[in-house]
Amino acid sequence: MHFVVCLKQVPDTSEVRIDPVTNTLMREGVPSIINPYDAHGLEEAIRLKEKVGGKVTIVSMGPPQAKEALKKAMSFGADRAILLSDRAFGGSDSLATAYILSSALQKIHETEPIDLVFAGKEAIDGDTAQTGPGIAQRLGFPQLTYAIKVRELTDTTVTVERKTESGRQIVQAQLPALITVEKELNDLSYASLPNMMKAAAYEPEMWNFNSLPFDVTQMGLKGSPTSVSRIFAPPGRTGGEIIDGMKDPKGTAESVVQKIFQQNIIMVHPLAKGGKH
Amino acid sequence: MALNIEKSKCIGCGACVVECPVEALDLVDGLAVVDPAKCIDCGNCVKICPADALSLPDQPTKSDGKRDPEAGSKFNIQDPLPDTVEDYAQGNEKKTIRAQVTPVAGGDVWSGVWVIIEYNNGKVAPVAWELLGEGRKLADAIGCGLCGVITGYQVDTVVPEAFAHGAEKVYVIDHPVLKDYRTEPYAEAITSLVRKYQPEIILMGATSIGRDVFPAVATKMQTGLTADCTVLGIDPETKLLQQTRPAFGGNIMATILCRKSRPQMATVRPRVMAMPERVEGREGEVIREEFSATESDFRTKVLEFIPSDAKSAFLDKAEIIVAVGLGIAAKRNMVLAEELADVLGATLAGTRGAVEAGWLTHDQQVGQSGVTVRPKVYIAIGISGAIQHLVGMETSDFIIAINNDPDASILKVANYGIVGDLFQIVPAMTAEFKKRLQHGVAN
Repeated sequence: MHFVVCLKQVPDTSEVRIDPVTNTLMREGVPSIINPYDAHGLEEAIRLKEKVGGKVTIVSMGPPQAKEALKKAMSFGADRAILLSDRAFGGSDSLATAYILSSALQKIHETEPIDLVFAGKEAIDGDTAQTGPGIAQRLGFPQLTYAIKVRELTDTTVTVERKTESGRQIVQAQLPALITVEKELNDLSYASLPNMMKAAAYEPEMWNFNSLPFDVTQMGLKGSPTSVSRIFAPPGRTGGEIIDGMKDPKGTAESVVQKIFQQNIIMVHPLAKGGKH
Repeated sequence: MALNIEKSKCIGCGACVVECPVEALDLVDGLAVVDPAKCIDCGNCVKICPADALSLPDQPTKSDGKRDPEAGSKFNIQDPLPDTVEDYAQGNEKKTIRAQVTPVAGGDVWSGVWVIIEYNNGKVAPVAWELLGEGRKLADAIGCGLCGVITGYQVDTVVPEAFAHGAEKVYVIDHPVLKDYRTEPYAEAITSLVRKYQPEIILMGATSIGRDVFPAVATKMQTGLTADCTVLGIDPETKLLQQTRPAFGGNIMATILCRKSRPQMATVRPRVMAMPERVEGREGEVIREEFSATESDFRTKVLEFIPSDAKSAFLDKAEIIVAVGLGIAAKRNMVLAEELADVLGATLAGTRGAVEAGWLTHDQQVGQSGVTVRPKVYIAIGISGAIQHLVGMETSDFIIAINNDPDASILKVANYGIVGDLFQIVPAMTAEFKKRLQHGVAN
């Protein structure tokens, strides 16, 4: 079977901050990582390949430096990695990004038919969760989002558990299909030494604007229907009362509880309602 | 002479590249770069830059760091959001985009605000009603109608509720293939209505269904979609939908526009917009549309649905939440939070750190990568208040935080911020709550 993993190199967003003095985005020294959700998609593809045989191809779009993320991804046991990189792709929103990636997948599909595509449920720098479904839609593949378990893979179908607010939905789709994954899907493995050595010597394929019959009007800033008009720090909620509970913890606790009742923040008899937990 | 670009300020949004009439600007490695040979010093890009990163040599930017409030905005901590969403919708928010934008919205071709009403397993997602409340303000700001859309199977009971929550008109597709939620038939059904009736704005809750079906609809319509909005507004001049959402894990907020394509599409986080008043007996027009689909058209089958247990299912509906962070130090200390939760009839939750430490399950995680909650009371125990956590709980009605670090961010958002040792304060609070609640002594 042919598994394709869509993978994105992202800044570690827990490190991205706004400089309190200049009010600008501090991007210096923010490390780049493989989008954590994508890593779980890659893990699942590798596991399935080991089980049923086949091939894992990684596809990414990004600046030339994203090659490093692809080399790292190769060390987990993938067979081929392609980086789509071109100035013309820069500034694409999720609609345009899905166009570019789906075009690449279409080209791969023509020579080596794809059975299953994996992508993270979202990228941690954008959190839009739109690119995966956008690719599925353009390729005409059924999409199964928020997967937490691949239950069964046959020659013609895949069955997954999807996470929703109210419970787990068990869905079966005909292949080829696209799955976006949650972290609960699996636990990440370590790269094996032979695979690490193989990856160190591997050079990802670089595809650019001329590699495919791209439509320039559907990509980049001008091909993106959405644009950012304003960026600002999140509004702060103004704080209330700071209460020193260091000296007399018990007395402080009692007086706070008293105030809570006095102000009707919590009413008497919530126990009567019950069943909340 | 040429444009000066301050790289430390550039956020790589690309607004200048689109604005430049002579294609002198480009994004290289995520930063704006100018070709001095092409630049004609027109200044259009300087005006549109949201980060004040661009300047022309003879027109220096504000030198003392203070900025003209009417100029392009940058990340400005002193420039908070308007107090209410209503202010935003009414355009009281400062204008930040001054480039000429062709006013395409509000025209007679694409018109109306639509809310897609999520109805699944016999229940309406409450965010749909919240969006009808918000949609009312948007529709009033544009001067257009507000419609609800219900796609599903046996949905008749939902229609009067949609009117009661403010829809003027309701579009219905009722078909057996829509019984269980699946992307393909839902995306088809919604798209068929959008194509036929051409709304200018469509909104849906940022639930697992909304975030699954809207990207498919946006791709079919070849239009823009903004996920997880927390503030919506209408630009008073252009009538464009201003879609504000957290970005970079909640560290910054971004306002997104969809200038030319229609409809403008957004998913909105649950429990961010206020629930509108329900007016029993309100009526409106029902438009039922045929849906010519059969089961064989679709390549997915729902085999089973396993409801979650009550604990996690109710987190986002809980009235009182007791939440823990890494400050509780060990799993055995969870008992402190559990006892307090028991006494209050509260639901347990926590930070990503507490979930990753194995003290709670992922379903109990509050924040950017977890659930957004809006309880009446949120008690934060040993939580420092990382921004990713704050975005998921700061709209709670009342926040009580206990932390031994007087500089913890959580204390800045708390109504009562108790600086002290949680291992002493929490049990004392539990005892005091127990005493008063059992004896019915309020004061």
